[in-house]
Amino acid sequence: MTPADIFNKLQGEFGDEVVFNFNDGSEGDKDPWCQVEPFRIEDVGTLLKSDPALHCDYLECVTGTDFPDDDQIQVVYHVYSYAKKHRIVLKAFLDREDPVIPTLTDVWSAANWQERECFDLLGVLFDGHPDLRRLLLPEDWEGHPMRKDYEEADDYHGIPTIRPNPIELFSISLPDKDGAAEEGEAEGVADAETATAVEEEV
Amino acid sequence: MSEVVFANEMDEEMTLNMGPHHPSTHGVLRFIIQSDGEIIRKATPDVGYLHRSIEKIGERCTYQGYMPYTDRVDYVAAMFANECWASACEKLMDIEVPKRAQYLRVISCELNRISSHMVALGAMAMDIGAITPFPWALREREYINDLIEELCGARLTFNYHRIGGVSFDMPKGWRDKVFAFLETFDPAMEEFDRLITNNTIYVKRLADVAVISAEEAKDWGLVGPNLRASGVAWDLRKEDEYSVYPELDFDIPVGQGLVGTVGDCWDRFWLRCQECRESSKILRQALDKIDEHPEDDIMGKLPRKMKPTGEAYVRVESARGDMGCYVIGRGGQEPYRVRFRTGSFTAMGIVEPKSPGLFVADLVALIASLDVVAPEIDR
Repeated sequence: MTPADIFNKLQGEFGDEVVFNFNDGSEGDKDPWCQVEPFRIEDVGTLLKSDPALHCDYLECVTGTDFPDDDQIQVVYHVYSYAKKHRIVLKAFLDREDPVIPTLTDVWSAANWQERECFDLLGVLFDGHPDLRRLLLPEDWEGHPMRKDYEEADDYHGIPTIRPNPIELFSISLPDKDGAAEEGEAEGVADAETATAVEEEV
Repeated sequence: MSEVVFANEMDEEMTLNMGPHHPSTHGVLRFIIQSDGEIIRKATPDVGYLHRSIEKIGERCTYQGYMPYTDRVDYVAAMFANECWASACEKLMDIEVPKRAQYLRVISCELNRISSHMVALGAMAMDIGAITPFPWALREREYINDLIEELCGARLTFNYHRIGGVSFDMPKGWRDKVFAFLETFDPAMEEFDRLITNNTIYVKRLADVAVISAEEAKDWGLVGPNLRASGVAWDLRKEDEYSVYPELDFDIPVGQGLVGTVGDCWDRFWLRCQECRESSKILRQALDKIDEHPEDDIMGKLPRKMKPTGEAYVRVESARGDMGCYVIGRGGQEPYRVRFRTGSFTAMGIVEPKSPGLFVADLVALIASLDVVAPEIDR
């Protein structure tokens, strides 16, 4: 089935309030996608997997993207069918302040880790997930790094996260055109000395 | 390396910490194992020790400038991440790649596939306790490293592919060297089979261990050799027909359960041996056909300014299976969002549900047979 057929079938099943906004991939977006109402995502996923004509048995990829301009977080599901060799891309637009969406772990087990990663890096809460813990970052990490406004803390348990820029530490001054080469050299040495001092402090 | 904690003196269950610096964990991986004697009740993977936020770095690099970082997604098979990123950008910006460059990509990727599988096979045998196959496999890998070094100057993190093509054409006489290598490689694989694949001790050790059925493999999103070992004849090179693979003739090996059940650890090992042979076939054909296309025509026409708007999802068949790259551009010099979907990541997800009932030693076999590479999990 073409993505348009899949979209029509889903829309026929759930109505245009749940599945809508089909983009056929002719413009900038290269893969056809459609939007899904977040709280019905599990029903849509179940139908995609269980319907014999759709038979989408492979959840390829779960991606979260932060769009602070639109005040939303998009969760994108790439779903593929091994048997029918077709694909559909589902997008759910969540509120950035309170990103909650039902989990798909009951439909595809592959969603388990991918959703955990999405929670870890973007803070999307997957409602009903059996084990929603941080996956890649330590449990006591603060913030969600893939958000656009994320700012890294200066240190983590006393380990600095920022190193001094080595280029700024060692400034090499070139001799002037007038031939003040000695001065320049002296400056360079002084800089190197301060640099070692700074390093020792660090 | 490992420590034992008894939760309760009366209870036989103990908690065993394996890793993160355990030699059998292929990088930096940690497992928290709850076991009753030798039998695992549950093994929980703890990943993230090699997380370097490659996706976040992508948001701060230009499209071309991100290429060296993609090497680090999977350093054992860096060529595929290169190809994946390059094809994602090409799809996003509608760039045509010249045929010769596509052939060079296929050649470099298949060489890399062999070398990656050699690490997987040798390391797996070593994890099980057979030391000899490891240097045998690495000897073959060494030849390939030399060949790739002549091609692009690097031995591990290649940075060879470019958006729109590849960075260098084949050096003079390189083709003969690859043919000479393949002449020795095919018998070496026969030797390797006699040494370890069909070794009775090895077969008995791995047959029927940690069987993954086809349904489970699909459900958990296993890809590549792990999926095919479970009996699913699905290879992106055949199904998606990307690059020049439709012009080449090769087979897809599928797990058959020759010594046990379809989808056991031995099948996954055997399948990688077969894939190396197929790669050798592909290489011979590709090297023959590449001269149908003019020399030095290795870069396509690029847009003057790379500031695309839109999104694209591309996948390639990497040594660890279906590697996907999802890139979103919003008219800036840098991509707005980069996402890598990797085979090792989803393969790790299945370890926890598969572990109950396994022996602790079999867990090592399971991890090794899934061929996970830690940086590819953590990115």
